[in-house]
Amino acid sequence: MSLKLLVPIKRTPHRDSRIRIAADGALDTANLKYEVNPFDELAVEEALRIKESAEPFGGGELVVVTVGGEACHQQILAALAMGADRALRVDTDEPLDSAQIARCLAVVVERESPDLVLTGKLAYDDENGQVPAMLAEMLDWPQATQASSVEILDGGKRARVVCEVDSGLDEVELELPAVITADLRLNEPRYASLPGIMRAKRKPLDVMPLADAGDIGGGRARVLSYRELPPKPAGVRVESVDELIGKLQERKLL
Amino acid sequence: MAEHSDILIVIGPASSPVKKGDLAALGLGKAASEKTGGAFDALVLGPHAAEAAAEVAPHGARTVFTLDHPDLATYTAEAYARAAHAFLDGRTYRLIAAATSSSTREYLPRLAVRLDAPMASDVLALDDIALDDVAAGDGTATFTRAVFVGNLLSTVELSGALAIATCRASEFDPPETGAASPVEAVALSDASLAHPRKKFVSTSQAKTERPELTEAEVVVTAGRGTKGPDKGIPLAEELADLLGAALGSTRAVVDAGWLPNEFQVGQTGKIIAPKLYIAIGVSGAIQHLAGMRNSKTIVAINKDPEAPIFEVADFGLVADLFEAVPELIAKVRELRREA
Ligand SMILES: Cc1cc2nc3c(=O)[nH]c(=O)nc-3n(C[C@H](O)[C@H](O)[C@H](O)COP(=O)(O)OP(=O)(O)OC[C@H]3O[C@@H](n4cnc5c(N)ncnc54)[C@H](O)[C@@H]3O)c2cc1C
Ligand SMILES: Nc1ncnc2c1ncn2[C@@H]1O[C@H](COP(=O)(O)O)[C@@H](O)[C@H]1O
Repeated sequence: MSLKLLVPIKRTPHRDSRIRIAADGALDTANLKYEVNPFDELAVEEALRIKESAEPFGGGELVVVTVGGEACHQQILAALAMGADRALRVDTDEPLDSAQIARCLAVVVERESPDLVLTGKLAYDDENGQVPAMLAEMLDWPQATQASSVEILDGGKRARVVCEVDSGLDEVELELPAVITADLRLNEPRYASLPGIMRAKRKPLDVMPLADAGDIGGGRARVLSYRELPPKPAGVRVESVDELIGKLQERKLL
Repeated sequence: MAEHSDILIVIGPASSPVKKGDLAALGLGKAASEKTGGAFDALVLGPHAAEAAAEVAPHGARTVFTLDHPDLATYTAEAYARAAHAFLDGRTYRLIAAATSSSTREYLPRLAVRLDAPMASDVLALDDIALDDVAAGDGTATFTRAVFVGNLLSTVELSGALAIATCRASEFDPPETGAASPVEAVALSDASLAHPRKKFVSTSQAKTERPELTEAEVVVTAGRGTKGPDKGIPLAEELADLLGAALGSTRAVVDAGWLPNEFQVGQTGKIIAPKLYIAIGVSGAIQHLAGMRNSKTIVAINKDPEAPIFEVADFGLVADLFEAVPELIAKVRELRREA
């Protein structure tokens, strides 16, 4: 039995970007550099490892999917260069909300019938953390979120997942197919090799018009504007532990 | 009977004593109901629902509903989403919200899909909520959220007759207490809420006598500068114990295996705003700042005067922590003795 893995990836501004706001409250995207959402990189890496470990029982296939415009091409190439086998892009330049994106992904899941969908736990830009759970509910699949370890059992029938939760670690077992979201400690993503980058350009990439996803509903969550944080009064440097204690006593904190 | 102007605050899995954050979420319920002219109810889920409801009852909800079921005994997102959904059958609300937690982050989006309602995560404030045309289900609710690793704020609008949100508890306060609201136990006829393909296996938590990060008024956070469990971590622990504080950590410290993951503060850890936050040997990476920048008073002890943590610190001490922290401990102890 061969294992089919699907990883939804999002194009997000580079993690070290200093984001500025345009006059109308929109993001100033003029000079932004983009990357694969850091948590999605972890998901791709984990899928690659699962695929590699599945070699003894039939191997696997890793498909990456993104919902977005042509600009996402670079991030698709990056995931293919890491080792994904092929890619699919649901083509749209519209700002879709989480439910609409989840709906698009659900359509892709129905077409591709993966055994496992591995996502990031959070998109680094809008930090919604909603798409994976919404997708799981739409499919009526079980989910495990904020995974710090994933173990595939019974030749791909089950997964045992350790999840980072507020109280510590929870371990759950899922019968596949299921949705699992990647947290930071899941792995250390590999760098693409030069041959990997060369091969990526020849790997299959399907573009699916948004219309082919059918009725994804109207967008009902939208960002009206962005703004800076309210300024915080500048702090002071204290010269000694005694001065620090004095300051804390003034604020009645000691 | 709930109406189009009413608000529901979901607490689950409920603990006893109730988490500070769950009580704070009731503050959002109250504020929202004042804007809509309705009332707010609480729905308390799980095996500790009855004890928790007794603590929730004085905080001004119209009714505190409790719901327990064998499939809620151990938490799974699938069962909690189904339980809340079953409760809502035949009940109408304008807004359903819960304090952000690792649990509500995963079952509220599932509930939103079940109810076909839009959702906003980890909101910092409710700016406005209205229902223009009840019959047509036309309404908008706008919220403030933190985005881009807490570096920007956004205004998000949810349209329709029902909105779903998780809220950042540190930005809300529990409503004042008064006469206890009626508590009503709800029974579900559903035989099963569990997802047939998911099984809870086990949970693990570090044993600690210290308060939890999200409950504490004072937090002492150890960064990589503490150099490990046999060096500076015990200093951070000693200071925490002296101040009755929770212990926090950076990602670097958790990755190094010096402290367990539940101590991590930041974008991928807990987002908190205690009265006093003391960062020791923490550089102040943006992902860490995202988890603590709203603390009321921030103290940083770091030997590098250029460390970004000083940009958010109210009081910054440029010093070697191995000298400054023992001195701080000794002097605070002395003050305590004098008092
Ligand atoms: C996607 C993503 C998510 C992340 N999420 C989080 C998160 O949730 N939380 C988090 O914390 N990080 C997070 N990080 C990691 C973050 O970028 C930093 O790497 C991390 O916060 C650094 O931890 P630190 O301050 O302990 O270590 P360092 O950056 O190594 O800083 C150590 C500090 O200690 C000081 N120091 C050293 N010796 C002494 C001494 N003797 N006395 C005084 N000071 C001393 C140094 O000057 C330095 O400033 C995330 C990163 C990514 C990419
Ligand atoms: N436009 C998108 N295309 C593909 N996957 C996405 C998209 N948006 C979000 N995701 C996936 O959902 C995860 C969580 O995103 P979010 O819910 O937006 O924070 C991401 O880490 C991705 O794996």
